[in-house]
Amino acid sequence: MSISVLEKVGVRYGSQWALSDVSAAFPEGAVGLLGPNGAGKSTMLKALLGLLKPDSGRVTVLDLDVAVSPLEIRARVGYMPENDAQIPGMSAVSFVAYCGELSGLPASDAMQRAHEVLYYVGLGEARYRNVETYSTGMKQRIKLAQALVHDPDLLLLDEPTNGMDPKGRDEMLALIRDIAHNKHISLILSSHVMPDVESVCDAVVVMNRGQVVMQGPIASLKKPAGHIFEVRVKGNREAFVERLRAQAYECRETDADTFRVLMPPGAGADQLFSSAVAVGAQVRHLKPSVPTLEDVFADAVGEA
Amino acid sequence: MPIHRERYRRREGGIDLRSGAWAVIAANGLRLLVRKRAFLFLMILAWIPVVVRGVQIWAAANVPGMSQIGMLAVAPGMFRDFLNQQEPLIFFITVYVGSGLIADDIRANALQLYLSRPITRTQYVAGKAAILMAALAAVTFVPAMLLLLLVPAFAGSMTFLRDNLVLIPAITAYSVIQITLSAFLILALSSLSKSRWFVAILYAGLAFFTHAVFGVLGAAVEGSSFSWVSIFANVRQVGDVLFRMTPRHDTHPLISAAVIALIIAASAFVLRRRIRAIEVVT
Repeated sequence: MSISVLEKVGVRYGSQWALSDVSAAFPEGAVGLLGPNGAGKSTMLKALLGLLKPDSGRVTVLDLDVAVSPLEIRARVGYMPENDAQIPGMSAVSFVAYCGELSGLPASDAMQRAHEVLYYVGLGEARYRNVETYSTGMKQRIKLAQALVHDPDLLLLDEPTNGMDPKGRDEMLALIRDIAHNKHISLILSSHVMPDVESVCDAVVVMNRGQVVMQGPIASLKKPAGHIFEVRVKGNREAFVERLRAQAYECRETDADTFRVLMPPGAGADQLFSSAVAVGAQVRHLKPSVPTLEDVFADAVGEA
Repeated sequence: MPIHRERYRRREGGIDLRSGAWAVIAANGLRLLVRKRAFLFLMILAWIPVVVRGVQIWAAANVPGMSQIGMLAVAPGMFRDFLNQQEPLIFFITVYVGSGLIADDIRANALQLYLSRPITRTQYVAGKAAILMAALAAVTFVPAMLLLLLVPAFAGSMTFLRDNLVLIPAITAYSVIQITLSAFLILALSSLSKSRWFVAILYAGLAFFTHAVFGVLGAAVEGSSFSWVSIFANVRQVGDVLFRMTPRHDTHPLISAAVIALIIAASAFVLRRRIRAIEVVT
């Protein structure tokens, strides 16, 4: 079952199409929304919330049409924006309770939920501090808290680990994983950090230049249709890569001297060795590998 | 930091979309406002004239001969004069309270937090306007009505009130005009900037510049037919008519009323254009 469906949706800023004829279905659970900067991820999230009126097409969220029932949808959706966002002059607990009230909770209920979610996101001890004094990591957590306070059925998270240190990032990802898999709140995680998406999500929608270029469960998208090798050579590396590409094998740089070669079914290590011999290079490292989300992403957006 | 899994639980019970989100915004804004010393100081300052007028009403009713002294007599004009006297306080409260109402939210990216919830743009603006309107009503409508009630209370007779029933709609309408004009104008300016200081300067500049232009033109033509260019003068001109007094300027009161309506409409238009959850850059 899909929690959100976009049918031929187009959103235009002036003469620029931010979303162009986009059709996508977000299944229940945790779905990653991947794409390079400017791909249209944030625009899509805002279209899902009804903050942007599509120029064409139809958007449904939780079986409700965004054009018809935007308020009902927003009452059941929690949104964590990408950039810093707070209501000035308030302590964390007042801020989150206020957000709960704005979402339609009774005042006493909102205050109780505010305390609960602040503990949940790890800000229990700092809940009486003014939000404006929070560090970047704490601000990310409180943005999650305000999105959760009214217990939404769907969470929209826009770059939730932005600006966080590695420890904070891991904790945030653990929280998001817990929300999706133990608290049974569906979520759409927009990010350009693929390991984040891979560690949390079950499915992805990949966007590029305002269009959906790939979507589906991560496990099935990552199924190899051939072989992947991690290779390091000594000698004429450029000629070796060029020869592989001439044979329609995909080569992707990973670090300074290693690259990944994606070979179609039927091809294998023998072809690698013979190519190396042909250009006078020595294969110093050859390791079979498995596809990562980065491979899927690169395939989808056409990056080598 | 551990994840407190046990702390989060799914909520039972519904969401109430009928209750006014604007009222939640207004109540929260007022709660934050009354904690500020500067605001309390302004309110105390604004209520000093009320006390003075209260004493005047008491003296007129209880001190023999007092009501014969023209300037101390209790007359319908006293209420108009009182509301005119409050104008500087209206100005300062408008600037202090109103300049940051939307500008602070824009600076802190709070608009998207509001509008990603079940709140319409109209409800948001209504909530913000209600904060300032309540503060302004507390120094105009509320004390003026209180003073009106003090007259029969101190005199022990309903005669004044019965003879001047028109004061009730006059005070109400004049206060509404003062409050609505100030609130809409400052909110519109507040939606144009991230800086409350800039908004405050802009508002003060607009108010005083238009009045200065009126002064210069008045000196040039040796009359007050250009009073419509001044925001303050328009309000006073309409006020005179509401209190059934001779208008103090040469401009037709309907023109003054039209200018006020135009400013409010233009402010509403600006607010409609500027209050968005997203900044659209084309």
